[in-house]
Amino acid sequence: MTTANTAAADVDVPEIGATSDAGSRPLDDDFRTVGNVRVGDPRMTCSDVNVYYGDKHAIKHVDLDIAENEVIAMIGPSGCGKSTFLRCLNRMNDTIEICRVTGEIKLDDQDIYDKRLDVVPLRAQVGMVFQKPNPFPKSIYDNIAYGPRIHGLATGRADLDEVVERSLTKAGLWEEVKDRLDQPGTGLSGGQQQRLCIARTIAVEPEVILMDEPCSALDPIATAKVEELIDELRENYTIAIVTHSMQQAARVSQRTAYFHLGHLVEVGETTQIFTNPSHKLTEDYITGRFG
Amino acid sequence: MADSQTTRKRAIDVVNASLKKRYAREARFRRVGLGAVILGLVFVSVLFLDIVGKGYTAFVQTHVELEVYLDPAIIDPQGTRDMQAIARANFRKIVREPLKELFPEVSGRRDKRALNKILSSGAPYQLLDMVRADPALIGQRVSVDLLVDDDIDMLVKGHIDRNAPPADRRVNDKVIGWVDRLDEQGLIKSKFNTGFFTNGDSREPELAGIGGAVAGSFYTLLVTLLLSFPIGVAAAVYLEEFAPKNRWTDLIEVNINNLAAVPSIVFGLLGLAMFINLFGLPRSAPLVGGLVLTLMTLPTIIIASRAALKSVPPSIREAALGVGASRMQTVFHHVVPLAMPGMLTGTIIGMAQALGETAPLLMIGMVAFIVDIPGGPMDPATVLPVQVYLWADSPERAFVERTSAAIIVLLGFLIAMNTIAVIMRRRFERRW
Repeated sequence: MTTANTAAADVDVPEIGATSDAGSRPLDDDFRTVGNVRVGDPRMTCSDVNVYYGDKHAIKHVDLDIAENEVIAMIGPSGCGKSTFLRCLNRMNDTIEICRVTGEIKLDDQDIYDKRLDVVPLRAQVGMVFQKPNPFPKSIYDNIAYGPRIHGLATGRADLDEVVERSLTKAGLWEEVKDRLDQPGTGLSGGQQQRLCIARTIAVEPEVILMDEPCSALDPIATAKVEELIDELRENYTIAIVTHSMQQAARVSQRTAYFHLGHLVEVGETTQIFTNPSHKLTEDYITGRFG
Repeated sequence: MADSQTTRKRAIDVVNASLKKRYAREARFRRVGLGAVILGLVFVSVLFLDIVGKGYTAFVQTHVELEVYLDPAIIDPQGTRDMQAIARANFRKIVREPLKELFPEVSGRRDKRALNKILSSGAPYQLLDMVRADPALIGQRVSVDLLVDDDIDMLVKGHIDRNAPPADRRVNDKVIGWVDRLDEQGLIKSKFNTGFFTNGDSREPELAGIGGAVAGSFYTLLVTLLLSFPIGVAAAVYLEEFAPKNRWTDLIEVNINNLAAVPSIVFGLLGLAMFINLFGLPRSAPLVGGLVLTLMTLPTIIIASRAALKSVPPSIREAALGVGASRMQTVFHHVVPLAMPGMLTGTIIGMAQALGETAPLLMIGMVAFIVDIPGGPMDPATVLPVQVYLWADSPERAFVERTSAAIIVLLGFLIAMNTIAVIMRRRFERRW
C-alpha cells in the first residue's frame, strides 16, 4: 500500500506507525480525550457523561459535541460503550432499568436529562435506526405512517399518503415498493427493511438521526445503498452513527470519535483519524492490532 | 510427520469405536420416547373407547308408537280451550287407553300397573305439549311416539339380561312378553334422543338431559371469561411492561404461581365464605361459580399472557419508542396485538380447565338437583362436570349410559376448545 493511495482515498487504513511521533503521544493508559471535542455550531452538547449499568461504569466522563448537518462516526472495539453512548442521546437507555446516566446532554441548549423533560418529543426530534432492521409486522404504508399518525403530523389520508411517499423517496425505497405498500414490511429483503426503518425514522422529521450499526446485518450491496443514503441525508439531518466497520466510518463520516473501555479516547476529522491518529490506542485499533 | 499421522489415525479410530455406543444410546432414547407416547395414547384410547362404548346408546331413546284419542270429554269438557284447565286434565288416562286396547287380557291391579309402567311418567306431558302447540288436535285420533320407561329402554337396548333370574332384574317376564309383542307389531322405535340435549335434570332417566347443565356451564364460563380475560390481561400487561422490577413484584409473581397451585376446593371454600356469606350472592348461581372459577383461571391467563408478552421481540418495542411512541402507545399499538394470539390461547386453555372444574362448585351449591334450565347467571344451576358427578351417583342403569354420554359431550367441548387453541397458536406464531 503506497502513501499516495492512502492520501487519495481516505477509506484506506494507514500502515502501522506511518505517521507517528512517539515522543508527544499519550500513553496507553492515558484516557484523556485527544482532539477537539467542541465544535462551532453544536446541535448536541455532551458534558461529563457517565453511564452506569448497576455497578459497572460503562461510559466514563465523555465530552462531545455533535455539529449541525454532519455525520459523526463512533468506532471502537466491542464493549467500548459506543452504542451505550449513542443510546443516551435520545434516552433509549431509559428502557434498561439498571442503567443510570449522569452529566449533561443538551439538544439545542435543552438538557435532555432534565426531570421535567418529556421523552416523547425528544425521541421525535432525535430518531433512531437500530442494528437489526426492525420493521413493525404491519404493511409498508403503516410502518411509515405510524410515527406521523401518533404525533399528529399528518391529518387526513392525502396528507399521510404524501408523507409516506416523501419518506420512502428520501430513503430511496419508493420505486421498489410503491406498488406494494399494503404488503407487510417484514416481507422485504434485509437491506430494504433497513431503508424502510430509515424512512420510518425520517417520516417524523427528526433533526438528529442516531444509527446503531445500521449495516451490520446487511450484505455489501445493501450496505452500499444505505451508505449512499446516509450521505444524502446529511444535507438535512445531523447523523451520529456507530459502526464496526472502519471503512464505513471513513466513507460516510466527517468526524470520527474513537471509544475505548468507556472512554472517549480521540475525536477528530475522519481523514485525520484514519491517516494520522494522535493516540496510540486509536492507531492500534485502526491498524487492526486489536478490536 | 509420521507421528502426527498415527495420532490422527488413532483419533479417528477412537471416534469410530465410540460411534456404535452413541447411536445405540440415541436409538434407546428414541424407543423410550416413542414408548411413552404410545403408552399415553393407549390410555387415552382406552378411556375414550370405554366412555363412548358405554355412552353412545344414550343418544338414541326408545319410544312406543301408540294411537291415542285426544278425548275432548277428558281434556276440555267445557269446550273453553282454556289452557290452564287443559293443563290440569287427566292425560295419564288418555295415554293408558291405547295400551289397554292392545292388551285387553291384562287384568288385576298389579298387572295393570305394570302395563302402565311401560310408558314413561313423562308421556302424558308429551300429549299436553302437543295440545298446547296445536289445540285443533283435541277430538282427533293421533299416532304418537311416546317415551317408554327407562327400564323398558334398557331392556330394548339390551342392557338388561333376560336370562338373569327374575329377582335380579327390574323387568319381570310378563312385561318382557308385552314389550316383545309391541316390538313384533313394529311399535317399538328407537329415535335420536333430542331430549337429552334440551331437557333439564330429572329423577326419571328417560326424561333427564344435559340442557340445564350446558346452560349452567355456559353462563358460568361467560362470567369467568368476562372477568378473567380483562383482569388477567391487564395484570399481565402491567406486570410485564410497566411494573418496576423489585421485591414487591417478585412477591406478586411468586404468589401468582402459588395461586395456580392452590387446590381448587380451597377456591370453593373461599367463594362460599366471600361471595355467598359476605356479599350475599345467591347460592347455586352461575354468577358465583363464575367468580370462583375466575380466581382459578386468573393465574393460568396471567402466566400465559406474560409469556406471550415476553416473546414479543424487544426490537419491536425499541422501534416504536424510537419513533417517539409513548410507553402506553408502544404497548397497546404493538406489543399487545402481537402477544394477543398467545394470550387468547392461554385464555382458551384456562376456560377449558374451568369447564372441567367440579370441586369448587360443589362448595357453592352448584351440586343441587335443579330441574329448570337456568335463564341467566342468577338462576340456580349446575354445570356439566357436576351433572356427571350427580348422575354417576344415581343407581338406575339408564343413568350409567347418560353419565357416559354427558362425559362425551364434555370431552367434545374440551377437544373443540383445545383444538382452537392449537390452531390459533399455529396460525399466529412468529409473525415477525
